[in-house]
Amino acid sequence: MTDSLLSVDNLTMQFGGVTALSEVSFDIARGEILGLIGPNGAGKTTCFNVITGVYTATSGAITFDGQPLAGLKRYQITKRGIARTFQNIRLFPDMTAVENVMVGADANHKTSVGGALIGSRRHHREEREGRDRAMELLTFMGIADRAGDAARNLPYGYQRRLEIARALATNPKLLCLDEPAAGFTPAEKQELMELIRKIRAQGYTVLLIEHDMSLVMGVTDRIVVLDFGKLIATGSPAEVQNNPDVISAYLGVPDDAA
Amino acid sequence: MSLSETFKGLTSKPAHAISGVGERIGDLPKVSRWSLIALFIASLYLMPWWPKVPILGWVVDTPGTSFEGVITDKVVIYVLVALGLNVVVGLAGLLDLGYVGFYAVGAYTVGILSSQHANLPWLVCVPIAVAVSMISGVILGTPTLRLRGDYLAIVTLGFGEIIRISANNAEWLGGSRGISKIAKPPNIGPLKFGILDAKPYFFLGLTVIIVVIFFLRRLESSRVGRAWNAVREDEDAAELMGVNTFKFKLWAFAIGAAIGGLAGTLYAGKVRFINPSNFPLQLSILFLAAVVLGGTGNMWGAILGGAVVAWMPERFRGFADKRVFVFGVVLVLVMVFRPQGLIPRKIRKERWLANWRSSQSGEAGVGRD
Repeated sequence: MTDSLLSVDNLTMQFGGVTALSEVSFDIARGEILGLIGPNGAGKTTCFNVITGVYTATSGAITFDGQPLAGLKRYQITKRGIARTFQNIRLFPDMTAVENVMVGADANHKTSVGGALIGSRRHHREEREGRDRAMELLTFMGIADRAGDAARNLPYGYQRRLEIARALATNPKLLCLDEPAAGFTPAEKQELMELIRKIRAQGYTVLLIEHDMSLVMGVTDRIVVLDFGKLIATGSPAEVQNNPDVISAYLGVPDDAA
Repeated sequence: MSLSETFKGLTSKPAHAISGVGERIGDLPKVSRWSLIALFIASLYLMPWWPKVPILGWVVDTPGTSFEGVITDKVVIYVLVALGLNVVVGLAGLLDLGYVGFYAVGAYTVGILSSQHANLPWLVCVPIAVAVSMISGVILGTPTLRLRGDYLAIVTLGFGEIIRISANNAEWLGGSRGISKIAKPPNIGPLKFGILDAKPYFFLGLTVIIVVIFFLRRLESSRVGRAWNAVREDEDAAELMGVNTFKFKLWAFAIGAAIGGLAGTLYAGKVRFINPSNFPLQLSILFLAAVVLGGTGNMWGAILGGAVVAWMPERFRGFADKRVFVFGVVLVLVMVFRPQGLIPRKIRKERWLANWRSSQSGEAGVGRD
């Protein structure tokens, strides 16, 4: 863990009297696929939301790429290089698939109202770049055949993959996937695993929340386990699988052990 | 369901019902497309003579009032306002119930600078008035665009009323007597902006509308248009995808305000007398009705809606004092049978995709999708 891209340090998140995250610390190394798992309500998505700026942490610090994220607006965090997908798909339903991805690509663009009004050279260049990048990503995700369709009219699996394409279009250093395989068939999960590996091979670092154990175990390098907002284990998939705390968190504590 | 959610329900779900015309024109070869567009624009410039055309004349004519007067005083203004309001409501999805405020700011700025406190020519006042309207949009937007949905609607509603009531009470702004002797547009060659002939004002207004459409189309198909659409569809997701939502919402407000102010300058230059009762709350509602009736989020819909809402009450003058009732019934019927508006918003057609596909397969020009 010499070269950490993101480090979460003593993160606590309280909603009123409810502590969703309690002094959670972990690191993500550059180029790693880190799994974030835990039973329902363990605080996984809250953790995502704090990292991406949706919530402001009660205490603790997040350092990304050597700089603290505190005080940044959500879109600024995205521009720094953290992109995410959503547990319940949140595309722009009435926009075409390629437009959805172009919104993500626009995070790297500088043209604004002035450039668009006069049709500046930079505007045209950025539009062209945005289109090319979007089509490249849709092809990479294997959904380019429906690029011109409204996102709402795409099949479920396409929508999930479109979300990943949109997030990748922002050119992130860290890609956060929130249950990307939810609702997938085993075959689709297999494809998704391949895809996540391919994404990492392209140089992205991936933070993955997932319930499906075979997927998490098969694709991640390291796993962080949360339970009731506390970090209970970190380690390689094999280590975590055999960790007694993890087993009891998922399966409950046997009576005779108590 | 909140007011703004109901409203968004209206604006979402683009229909494909009459997707025909625009698409087909777009599919035509360049030469025929442009000749068709030129022909259409020419026929619009001939609008003052429409009542003389058989059949069409009977449909559009406004018995009891001058047709020329209706299209210059009302249709042109409403269309321009609807175009501006459509940016705010249709594209960015911000429910604005006080849009008449910007229209009033535009008209009053011309009034103050050309009559009340100075004697600047109309042409000089227009850019200043547009800038002032834009600034008022930014001033209203900066604190209020942090609000969403119904809260924004209520604050903007208040804004429209504040402008009207302030104008009513400030002697500096002419008070309830208003401002008279406002400068008229300068004569351009044979176009003499007088009192008897309304046509020059119509030609001016139509030209302004065409210029506004030209620029709005550029915005719509750019990063800015995408950002507005993304904000309307899912503001949180848009921000998490790197869209500076506040900045783009403020731009929508400022651009909408500028167009509303521009409409105000045309109005002031034509009637040459304004007072606070020209800018009632009902006008804001009517402007919104124009956008919704035409098709929220579709520029052509907003134009048609503005024209219909402006023209219809005049067409029904024959019904005397029941004309507003007839107008209301027509509005309700349209909303029942075409809830998405006369020309609903459409999914963007990515025409370049065909080229992209053929370049990918290496078989250039092999059919379209």
